[in-house]
Amino acid sequence: MWKFIVKRLVSMIPVLLGVTLVIYLIMSMAPGDPAKVILGEQATPEQIAALRDELHLNDPVLVQYARYIGGLLTGTMGKSYNSGLECGIEIMARFPNTVRLASVSVVLSVVLALPLGVIAAVKQNTIFDGASMVFALIGISMPVFWLGMLLILFFSLRLGWFPSSGSEGLKSLVLPAVTLGFQHMASIARVTRSSMLEVIRADYIRTARAKGVSENKVITKHALKNALIPTVTVIGLQIGGMLGGSVMTESVFAWPGIGRLMVQSINKRDIPMVLGCVIMFSVSFSIINLIVDVLYGFIDPRIKSQYK
Amino acid sequence: MSEKKYAVEIEDLVVEFKTDDGIVKALNGVDLKIEEGKTLGLVGETGAGKTTTGLSILRLVPSPPGKIVSGTIKLNGESIFEKPEEEMRKLRGKAVSMIFQDPMTSLNPVMTVEEQIAEVIELHEDINHSGAIQKAKEMLELVGIPGERGTEYPHQFSGGMKQRVVIAIALACSPSLLIADEPTTALDVTIQAQVLEMMKDLRNRLNTSMLMITHDLGIVAEICDTVSVIYGGRVIEHGSLDDVFNNTRHPYTEGLFRSLPNLDDRTSKLKPIKGLMPDPINLPEGCTFYPRCDYAMEICKTVKPSKVYRNDEHYVECHLYDENSVKEGGKIGK
Amino acid sequence: MSENKKTNINELSTKYKKRSQTADIFRRLCRNKTAVIGGIVVIILLLMAIFADVLHDYEGEVIKQDVTQRLQSPSAEHWFGTDEMGRDLFARVCYGAKYSLLIGFCAAVVSIAIGLVLGALAGFYGGWIDMIIMRIMDVLLAIPGTLLAIAIMASLGASIGNLVIALSVSGIPGFARIVRSSVLTIKDSEYVEAARAIGATDRIIIFRHVLPNGMAPLIVQATLRIGSVILSAAGLSFLGLGVPAPHPEWGAILSNARSYIRDYSYIALFPGLAIMTTILCLNLLGDGLRDALDPKLK
Repeated sequence: MWKFIVKRLVSMIPVLLGVTLVIYLIMSMAPGDPAKVILGEQATPEQIAALRDELHLNDPVLVQYARYIGGLLTGTMGKSYNSGLECGIEIMARFPNTVRLASVSVVLSVVLALPLGVIAAVKQNTIFDGASMVFALIGISMPVFWLGMLLILFFSLRLGWFPSSGSEGLKSLVLPAVTLGFQHMASIARVTRSSMLEVIRADYIRTARAKGVSENKVITKHALKNALIPTVTVIGLQIGGMLGGSVMTESVFAWPGIGRLMVQSINKRDIPMVLGCVIMFSVSFSIINLIVDVLYGFIDPRIKSQYK
Repeated sequence: MSEKKYAVEIEDLVVEFKTDDGIVKALNGVDLKIEEGKTLGLVGETGAGKTTTGLSILRLVPSPPGKIVSGTIKLNGESIFEKPEEEMRKLRGKAVSMIFQDPMTSLNPVMTVEEQIAEVIELHEDINHSGAIQKAKEMLELVGIPGERGTEYPHQFSGGMKQRVVIAIALACSPSLLIADEPTTALDVTIQAQVLEMMKDLRNRLNTSMLMITHDLGIVAEICDTVSVIYGGRVIEHGSLDDVFNNTRHPYTEGLFRSLPNLDDRTSKLKPIKGLMPDPINLPEGCTFYPRCDYAMEICKTVKPSKVYRNDEHYVECHLYDENSVKEGGKIGK
Repeated sequence: MSENKKTNINELSTKYKKRSQTADIFRRLCRNKTAVIGGIVVIILLLMAIFADVLHDYEGEVIKQDVTQRLQSPSAEHWFGTDEMGRDLFARVCYGAKYSLLIGFCAAVVSIAIGLVLGALAGFYGGWIDMIIMRIMDVLLAIPGTLLAIAIMASLGASIGNLVIALSVSGIPGFARIVRSSVLTIKDSEYVEAARAIGATDRIIIFRHVLPNGMAPLIVQATLRIGSVILSAAGLSFLGLGVPAPHPEWGAILSNARSYIRDYSYIALFPGLAIMTTILCLNLLGDGLRDALDPKLK
């Protein structure tokens, strides 16, 4: 198992290099002169030329990229065009907020979705099944930011139960976490239901019943673990969407995470900061995917034996 | 006759499945009896209702879409349809157990083999977990698998070994009735013989009654005491091994024998039964076999044949025979 | 005996070949009520999108500002009310279908076309072609789709064309993977081996066997992809990185509505409902297609 993790970590290196290259190239296509952005409209051509030299902006893009990677390896993401401070400091200060929001959302959505999906499958074609699947369908069809706006409207502006923005205390976490988690809860519930439906028709479930295992145990002991295999895949696939969703959610609730930092930096044309945020998201994404793969091995012995 | 004790008695069992295309009539009045300690071979083509019969005895016909419409099933003299689910559950795996057709899919892929065997032991016997695991290992040894392999998962086993595990699960609590649904179909011929030999041996040792579901007449000859031939959801001929094999009466049974290769005369041609199984949604009104029968008469199209007994055990459902002619035989071509 | 056989084969072929596969799929789809409803709504939305300029006067209705009419609640005259510049929200939301569906379809088609070619090349030829293509796809997949699109939009600037590019790029790797894996399974399947054994050429194998059999997952994914593109497009517009003002894209309208949500919540209600309905119906249609294409699941 450890060998597998190390192997995966090593194979992440070229992928992340590719990721940074792609993003660096994309960001370098941005029109406008960064030196002008930093110095403002009143700067003289000499000042701009001097700054361009200082920032090595006249070098070919790939050389600039190599220098950027060199910086990353020594722990610097470059200076923000806006504040002039090291980007990494700002990003690392905001990052825990994003992690907190995302992890609460994941836990919330998984904890609610699994029982919902399982019960819907077991009670297939009943009112409960119908109602929860309509609920789930609405969930996956709702834009994250719109749900956030509606929640603010009802629970914050009308009822005044929760704050509409900020990150002070648990209360302010509720609405953003529900917003971010809702869509994922809906899709996890749907997958759980359909994989559960498939599993409970499987031959080995019939074997379990023929052994005299009670219906409750058939579901919780035999069916659920097998049904979790596709569910975990979907949770893994969803993480990417969730990180994207966190950008919207953080914007709607003014949550001080790196998603909001990124949007603010885009508006200020602060390229190094945007670059840093996207890279941070991508690295997290890769690590989460690795965790999901390891989790997989714990659920499915067939996969675990491939991990050797 | 009345003093005979039966492990299972099925009378007039009707089972239907609701599908999008209509109601599938899987069983249309199946009668079946197995004497204690004896083995009955239930023979027929795919789709004739063999597996449904087996599942009905466990009351595990998937519902919906399946539904037991009418009939009775008695296990050791007690009707199972009146029993509450909880009581039925206690019978499964203990009084009756079933070996399923496909060993590749019949084991839970995420549980170790010994856990799967131990589960049934723990459910039905007063034993703690480690004791059950110990007994599971013994069961593995019994079916010829080293006990220490019990901690492995099904995907680490070959098909033949999986089938042995399935058998070990079925036999773990020494059931009085064992339903074996094509236990060797998925296996290689050489392993088939081994598995069959093992089952025979275990049956003799534990004095288990057995329902052997198969389409392989060779297996029937090898292991069974009595034979029921099922077609279109009905037993159309039943008798002792000798009755059915040497005094064959029903044209369908005869057809089954004729479609076997003859090892003594390798130049003889196989004579497959023409046509296909009738569509179970639109079964023929009269005898279900008449569209494929070489001896079909006008009456076969409209009237269902009733049982004609040749002796106490042997009966046939066919219009070719009456009380007298059934004893003479020779109606169907040899 | 041989005559018997012949009639049997004839019987069989008439029994099983009567219905073509496509007709069968369509029949199954039509039996699924929710999928039919979804399909009908999608068609209506498509018609609204195609004939947007016929149904609505863009200059005189959709972007016409009228300060005297600003922030009117829904009424007989303005069904969905008016926004802060006095623009009629009903006209804007209806016209907005054009942007969402256009972007959704275009980006999905581009992703599929490129993904299909890349995936088919990788799967069919294998070797170093497969290696290079799939490593690039791995890199693209390692960037969460929405973030990749955000990065592209941040760099290229907000415009409809750039939005289509951004959302197409993030969809390519998913489709390339699906196509590659179904090409691989089909390539190794016994019926392709059989076709090869009777001397079928590469072209016949690709067009007769590989494509038709790999189509099912692709169609389903395409339907769902259109939905997720529309969602992402709305999200990007909401962040100010998608369709620029004054175009009435649904996400952009919602972005505007944020400042007025406390007192004029209706502004935020209708565009959101429009997005939700569109995605919902695309999902219903996609689910229905999946069930119809994969009868195993029934």
